[in-house]
Amino acid sequence: MMTFFGFFTLTMVAVVAVATVVSSNLFVASMWFGIFSLLMASNFFILDAADVALTEAAVGAGVSTVLFMGALSLTADKESIRQGRRLLPIVVVAVVGLVLLIATLEQPRLGDPLAPVHQHVAPWYIEKTPEYINIPNIVTAILASFRGYDTMGEVLVIFTAGIGVLSVLSFKPKKRASISSEELGQAIRGLQHHAVLRVVGKLLIPVLLLFGLLVQFHGKYSPGGGFSAGALFAAAIMLYGILEGADRSAKAMPQKVMINLAALGCTIYTGVGVACMLLGHHFLDYNALWTDPQIAQYYGILMVEFGVGLTVTAVLIMIFNAIANRATY
Amino acid sequence: MLTAAGLAVLVSMALAILRGILGPGVYDRVLAMNMFGTKTVLLISIVALLYGRPDFLDLALAYALINFIGVLAVLQFVQNRDARRANKERRQRKGVSS
Amino acid sequence: MILGLISDAMLATGAAFVVIGAFGVIRMPDLYTRMHASSVTETLGMLLVMVGLLLTQGWSLATFKLFAIAVFLLFTAPVASYAMANAALISGVKPKLAHENDQETLP
Repeated sequence: MMTFFGFFTLTMVAVVAVATVVSSNLFVASMWFGIFSLLMASNFFILDAADVALTEAAVGAGVSTVLFMGALSLTADKESIRQGRRLLPIVVVAVVGLVLLIATLEQPRLGDPLAPVHQHVAPWYIEKTPEYINIPNIVTAILASFRGYDTMGEVLVIFTAGIGVLSVLSFKPKKRASISSEELGQAIRGLQHHAVLRVVGKLLIPVLLLFGLLVQFHGKYSPGGGFSAGALFAAAIMLYGILEGADRSAKAMPQKVMINLAALGCTIYTGVGVACMLLGHHFLDYNALWTDPQIAQYYGILMVEFGVGLTVTAVLIMIFNAIANRATY
Repeated sequence: MLTAAGLAVLVSMALAILRGILGPGVYDRVLAMNMFGTKTVLLISIVALLYGRPDFLDLALAYALINFIGVLAVLQFVQNRDARRANKERRQRKGVSS
Repeated sequence: MILGLISDAMLATGAAFVVIGAFGVIRMPDLYTRMHASSVTETLGMLLVMVGLLLTQGWSLATFKLFAIAVFLLFTAPVASYAMANAALISGVKPKLAHENDQETLP
């Protein structure tokens, strides 16, 4: 029965992907992209990968759609079609696609217990996690402790992405015409005159923030962790920005503070590693932090996930502030 | 019975995508996306209970809260675009002297 | 036993409403009528399915989470429909009316 569900959702993924590529109205294409992201989240869920599904749903269908809408308000509505046939890209795409298809023929069957991935590393993790780390969610244990270096790289990549976006969007455009402040205010004021939206939206913001806190600190026991929690926090602030106007959310969460918070998150992560080194063990070896190794791992994972959540939140809010506050009037 | 409900929700998702493909105009597709979002929440709740893992309901909760934000972003985009067009027309009517 | 029967009945009815609403979205002639059809799936269909799922779980954390999901969906889905209908009206999408003369009395 689960295979049937999975087959159904994968077919819909193919249909939606084709629809995204074919539509020339960029507004419609970003709608399709939101649906695509939801379908992928359902797929991950059917395949029993709940952490990934949570992050994909929060980022792809919430945060991504807001950022696309912000970007679309800065550019044109329709895709500009380039004239002329392009033979080389078609050939390259066909060859690479064929190579990938042939490679998938060599893969073991999904869920085959004799596949190499289920023979070497996975049983070791499942066996040793209760012994070394003793938290119920093995995914968080692998992410934050066994493969802590990789997660440090991920956090630094997110921080770099934030810096990249700022370096492109911080360019101040020339003012084309002098606009009266009430015209500008009316345009970027957000959804202020819709009373229904403001009341219900403002009721949801504290719930979202509280749920983000739950997901952050409950990452050891249920699907969650720093990445999804950061996306949920940022989604709450974006909701505030949509309802009350982007300038007010930029005042509530100033850009300079967000930049410093993003750097602080990375510093916390690497700082934990350096502290472990200073206490005599290796970099990011959490056993240095306390006498009992299991409690030490617990504390290490807690601090490291906090750093991750802080960086992801700050970077997403930074990008939203930068995009939403660019006036092109 | 849970399986049958799951199948019904999947059929409804497929019909939402069909409306997204057919719908003339943008707002039909926005409607399709919104409906798809709420059906995803239902599907995740049903599948979580089918798998016997009720702690996976956190995803459905997160998703129910986040689906709202996408549609609001669309509304704000539309308002911005219309306000900008109105401003541009007003400026063009006043002449390029401003 | 009775609880199981009630839960099955509610799940079946809820699933039926979800499918009926989805068919309505395909068959209705106009954007605004399609929004009416989709709102059936988001309120009544969703409520019946969620209560049906609740009754299978007994008193546990999952019950509370399902209840919370139902409450949040009940808050946000109609408001999202309002936002969409407003955006469509501002952009000038006109409803399809029965008589062509009624078009002049629209705001």
